[in-house]
Amino acid sequence: MTVATDRQTTPPSADHPSGDKRFKVLDATMKRNQFSQDALIEILHKAQEIFGYLEEDVLLYVARGLKLPLSRVFGVATFYHLFSLKPSGKHTCVVCLGTACYVKGAGDLLKMLDQEVHLKPGETTEDGQMSLVTARCIGACGIAPAVVYDGKVLGKQTEDSVLMAVQPWLGNS
Amino acid sequence: MDIKELREIASTTRQKQTKTRIRCCSAAGCLSSEGEAVKKNLETAIAEAGLGEKVEVCGVGCMKFCGRGPLVAVDDHDQLYEFVTPDQVGDIVKKLQESDAVAETGLISGDPHHPFYALQRNIALENSGNIDPESIDEYIALGGYEQMYKVIHEMTPGEVITEIDKSGLRGRGGGGYPTGLKWATVAKMPGQQKYVICNADEGDPGAFMDRSVLESDPHRILEGMAIAGYAVGANHGYIYVRAEYPLAIKRLQKAIQQARRYGLMGTQIFDSPIDFKVDIRVGAGAFVCGEETALIASVEGKRGNPRPRPPYPAQSGLWASPTLINNVETYANVVPIIREGGDWYASIGTEKSKGTKVFALTGKVENAGLIEVPMGTTVRQVVEEMGGGVPDGGKVKAVQTGGPSGGCIPGDKLDTPIEYDTLLALGTMMGSGGMIVMDESTNMVDVAQFYMDFCKSESCGKCIPCRAGTVQLYDLLTRFLEGEATQTDLAKLENLCYMVKETSLCGLGMSAPNPVISTLRYFRHEYEALLKV
Repeated sequence: MTVATDRQTTPPSADHPSGDKRFKVLDATMKRNQFSQDALIEILHKAQEIFGYLEEDVLLYVARGLKLPLSRVFGVATFYHLFSLKPSGKHTCVVCLGTACYVKGAGDLLKMLDQEVHLKPGETTEDGQMSLVTARCIGACGIAPAVVYDGKVLGKQTEDSVLMAVQPWLGNS
Repeated sequence: MDIKELREIASTTRQKQTKTRIRCCSAAGCLSSEGEAVKKNLETAIAEAGLGEKVEVCGVGCMKFCGRGPLVAVDDHDQLYEFVTPDQVGDIVKKLQESDAVAETGLISGDPHHPFYALQRNIALENSGNIDPESIDEYIALGGYEQMYKVIHEMTPGEVITEIDKSGLRGRGGGGYPTGLKWATVAKMPGQQKYVICNADEGDPGAFMDRSVLESDPHRILEGMAIAGYAVGANHGYIYVRAEYPLAIKRLQKAIQQARRYGLMGTQIFDSPIDFKVDIRVGAGAFVCGEETALIASVEGKRGNPRPRPPYPAQSGLWASPTLINNVETYANVVPIIREGGDWYASIGTEKSKGTKVFALTGKVENAGLIEVPMGTTVRQVVEEMGGGVPDGGKVKAVQTGGPSGGCIPGDKLDTPIEYDTLLALGTMMGSGGMIVMDESTNMVDVAQFYMDFCKSESCGKCIPCRAGTVQLYDLLTRFLEGEATQTDLAKLENLCYMVKETSLCGLGMSAPNPVISTLRYFRHEYEALLKV
């Protein structure tokens, strides 16, 4: 799962009307896929990696690039779980909710996060530091329950270990 | 590339492998518990100890005992270490140098002859944990791509299909459709352009077999797909893999590049007129895309909505061309079948279910990991003998197979042999191979609700029975769990289950109520105990 979290602002460039250089990378991706309409999902993956999430501008840009109606692009972007139309936090904590993780207590981990950090799945803290996400199954069932912290998978998690891991992201509040 | 060159690569690679091999598991499970650091530290420690001449550290695919990772095996010493931490590598090296002379080191020795391993019969997983998945040479050293050569130069497409047919292989994605028949149907279709698709969208929560095969032996899948392509007359293949499996994607990409560089993929393979190329399509998280018509829509870059069948993909699939879709494990079985013959494969397993099946054994079980057993092995053997039963002497309450499309096998039916039909008779199914053990502490109504929550959010929404039915089922189950349900609700729940099952458009909706139906069948008292008095 690639969740780009670092949304930096790039200096204006003369190459693109919006002045955002990231569109150039997106252009290159579309070109590499020969602007083929069936590569829409790959291109959205890349777009999300570059921009962190799929803002309306990006969807419009992709639609125009691939000569697709915006409704089609929007439909695909909202259909698949991995695409996010909202910005995510700086750090991401993904709790796996596969059956193996669930019977071994992943549900309790979520309850704890709700109580201690006041985050429900899909939410981001007010300061934009941390997002909580759930995954359907990350296929690491042998070490259930598994949690992914900023892309790093850790197995056999407990309420304490999760709290310890996310604490540094929460500042001192 | 011709066969001489291929065999040359094989023999030079084998000659190079004279050193003692230390195999470090480099599959997802072990990598998540510091497996990479273990391997790095081992490499440094071996070099520092001056053992570089004699010992070689090798990152291999899944070594199966995932619950005890990171795993490290020292080949010549028949030694297996479990739960290895990066700072323990010094002890492993000391043991290598001084054999048994080292006292207590804190290293946990595993038993390579543990029933967990001893009762396995590895066919699909034969290379897994033995070779470096990122090295095409190691795959070739074990006879890789020889079968592709054999079918192209020595067999007609018809003969290949006959061999697959003889093997009795049935689709390992869960449905169990005869693979030979599927191949024959696609082969018979007229038309120039045909496609081969590998379904690697392992959406079942609690299953990781496909992930392990892709991470451990990617070339095996490519070779299997190429053989399938030759048999049905397709020159283009797609692997549809979940985005949640980044390591599998990376290794597949690498494998495709290597094969292309060696001339084993692309045009004129093995100096024959045969072309075959493979592209990867990364999914974006939708369980319904495991369903073949939805998967095809997704490969075409659309929403993963299923469509009614017929026409089946074999007649009209990707871009309306005849398309062969098989699951990862099915392709993994192709090479051994061609190598050893269909009759050999058919001699393993039971009358109606041939060969072996890979399961991901997890949940409340002592030994979690990946197992491959001949069909006909009983659930008890798997859960109790290989899996070591529930930790701390607990009792097995149920074993869930088949993911959200499956159901539960109750504790008193553990002696059932694992076959497509016996599992169906129990109200569950083979599925892609998740096997989740539940103990007495598990609340079955809660589990049913968990699956319904999954299905309602994964429903694509195209047909009403699935879209609205799963939500209603979920709400009814919630009423039970909140103690609000009445006898009428129980009847409603049951009726609705069958209605959703019979009227849904695709496999997702048809099977969504299965966990409820099967828990109602075996654990009805738990539902009744929750009724409002």
